[in-house]
Amino acid sequence: MSGIPHDHYEPKTGGEKWLHSRLPIVGLLYDTIMIPTPKNLNWWWIWGIVLAFCLVLQIVTGIILAMHYTPHVDLAFASVEHIMRDVNGGYMLRYLHANGASLFFVAVYIHIFRGLFYGSYKAPREITWIVGMLIFLMMMGAGFMGYVLPWGQMSFWGATVITGLFGAIPFIGEALQTWLLGGPAVGNATLNRFFSLHYLLPFIIAALVIVHIWAFHTTGNNNPTGVDVRKGSKEEVKKDTLPFWPYFVIKDFLGLAMVLVIFWAIVGFLPNMLGEPDNYIEANPLVTPAHIVPEWYFLPFYAILRAFTAEVWVVQFTSFITGGIIDAKFFGVMAMFGAIAVMALAPWLDTSRVRSGVYRPMFKWWFALLIIDFFALTWLGGKPAEEPYASFALIGSAYWFGYFLVILPLLGVIEKPTAMPDTIEDDFNAHYGKSDEDSTDAKAAE
Amino acid sequence: MLKKLVIGAALALTPVAALASGAETHLETFDFSFKGAFGTYDQNQLQRGLQIYTEVCSACHGLKFVPLRTLADEGGPNLPADQVRAYAAENFTVYDAELEEDVPAKPVDHFPAVTGSGAPDLSLMAKARKGGPDYIASLLTGYAETPACAPEDFPGQYNTAFGAGGVPDECKDEHGASTVPGSWISMGQPMDDEQVDFIDGHSNDLHHMSQDVAAYLMWTAEPKMMARKQVGFVGVLMLTILSVLLYLTNKRIWAPIKGRKNS
Repeated sequence: MSGIPHDHYEPKTGGEKWLHSRLPIVGLLYDTIMIPTPKNLNWWWIWGIVLAFCLVLQIVTGIILAMHYTPHVDLAFASVEHIMRDVNGGYMLRYLHANGASLFFVAVYIHIFRGLFYGSYKAPREITWIVGMLIFLMMMGAGFMGYVLPWGQMSFWGATVITGLFGAIPFIGEALQTWLLGGPAVGNATLNRFFSLHYLLPFIIAALVIVHIWAFHTTGNNNPTGVDVRKGSKEEVKKDTLPFWPYFVIKDFLGLAMVLVIFWAIVGFLPNMLGEPDNYIEANPLVTPAHIVPEWYFLPFYAILRAFTAEVWVVQFTSFITGGIIDAKFFGVMAMFGAIAVMALAPWLDTSRVRSGVYRPMFKWWFALLIIDFFALTWLGGKPAEEPYASFALIGSAYWFGYFLVILPLLGVIEKPTAMPDTIEDDFNAHYGKSDEDSTDAKAAE
Repeated sequence: MLKKLVIGAALALTPVAALASGAETHLETFDFSFKGAFGTYDQNQLQRGLQIYTEVCSACHGLKFVPLRTLADEGGPNLPADQVRAYAAENFTVYDAELEEDVPAKPVDHFPAVTGSGAPDLSLMAKARKGGPDYIASLLTGYAETPACAPEDFPGQYNTAFGAGGVPDECKDEHGASTVPGSWISMGQPMDDEQVDFIDGHSNDLHHMSQDVAAYLMWTAEPKMMARKQVGFVGVLMLTILSVLLYLTNKRIWAPIKGRKNS
């Protein structure tokens, strides 16, 4: 399955040969786990494993939580309290699952920005990137619907606000919203279908993860230099790479274990740090909370959604030329989904032939600004929709789009890249020196 | 646009922005035993809090998510089983559908929900408000003399810690922002100094009692906190050891690959 030449699994015993000629599953696992991996990968490459762990954690805790949870408007909130009080270890299951969602998004954001900096989205890894973006969208859907299930005030009102976005679509919006909710407003039908879909989505994500891994095992991993692995022969490949097992498995596990120390401390000591107090109040359609705030991981996109108000000239202009069909609300919805769409289109918007940001002197600064922009939007998304936050959010949103639609295409033309190492081996040796084996050879030669 | 930005930046640096997004309240920080990573519930305090809840709060507020049997939990008030039985039977009744009448509560029952009063259930109150137990204790000690600006017939009682209530127009400035901390709450002052007597003679001034009942409500909201912190501690320890072992393993397997730099 890999496009990089390397040693494949050879069945030795009779039993192995018997199985291999019928179902080459051992070979598949062997090739997957022994894939030649660029030996200069840095610590930003550990987040894939963290993400895989999160998916397993969420599925395992989620399946057990579902055994005790009741998706009914009158019983959901109490069933969560039943889990917290009566189910053995239930409080840990729920806090792991709730905070696990946050870890999932921390990891996915770092993973995405790592790809954006090192140019992992560029040819030939566009499919890996697009599938990754689909996974990210599914994660957002799963996260949103999962937050509705405890049926607290933020669950209910978050669901009302977000499904209301679909109502903003011209002509079909209202019908679509009613269809999604299963009724005129968020109610029991909504809770039931959200539970069903929340249980389904992780398995679709798991399938997409396999495609994601398949795709980048075909192209090989990117690496901090962006320089391709030499693929002329197995010997050349061996100079640039090491097998995934044990070198990167152990390294990734080390990274994962250190991340989990922090994660476990949050679950054990501050499990409600990232939650909203309002969600410990049972959903009440008659009482609207003072501020409806989504979970932190939606805040950057929530800020973009709210930034395009009717006062913004782009919105007024769009509304004018479309004869009012695209109003401020629909414009905001398009901007929010557009913010993810432009990110997904990065492989075709980035015109630079240099993959890694390390060798792009101008890109580095614009990228740093994008990171600051992301944090700023996260902060602004949690603020009330009033001045000065609204203006800041508009500037932040403009930069987000500007980065992908203007800066990335232009930089490739005007930027002069700095010198790159010829091979991954050169880069590795520049960092760590030649290996002991090489130096003993050198000594013997003396 | 630039002018708008400058004004915006100036606004962000003044507390005016805070006022606009909700009334400013006075929140006192109490010295609770359960704060911090190693904090634990003070069993005696939880028992005093239970007494205050029973004698004062339970008239209007329910604890519908809390099973009475959990009063015997080690990580909670830790009452002996017979005391829990007696407490349940003496203080609460539940409706028995088979007998079609109210019968004394048993440990397997929950604290009753109190619906008639319109007062919120307190089971999760300590997690449902910003500030948690500090907020609850501040609210109970926050009843203050009505500010001079307020008309006498304004409904409710003035409380410096309550942010969600109404404020008379007379107490607002020209921008509509309140000039007094807190707001008016519909709950009358529920308790005062020496309202509850403790069997062990523990101090029963309002400040102490507010803290006791707030601690008790923290327990009703988070009854497994002590077990959770222990799991947290053991987990962090084991994961740290695992990290060290993986660090050593990683170093060792990479050692032959990585030469010494510039050697």
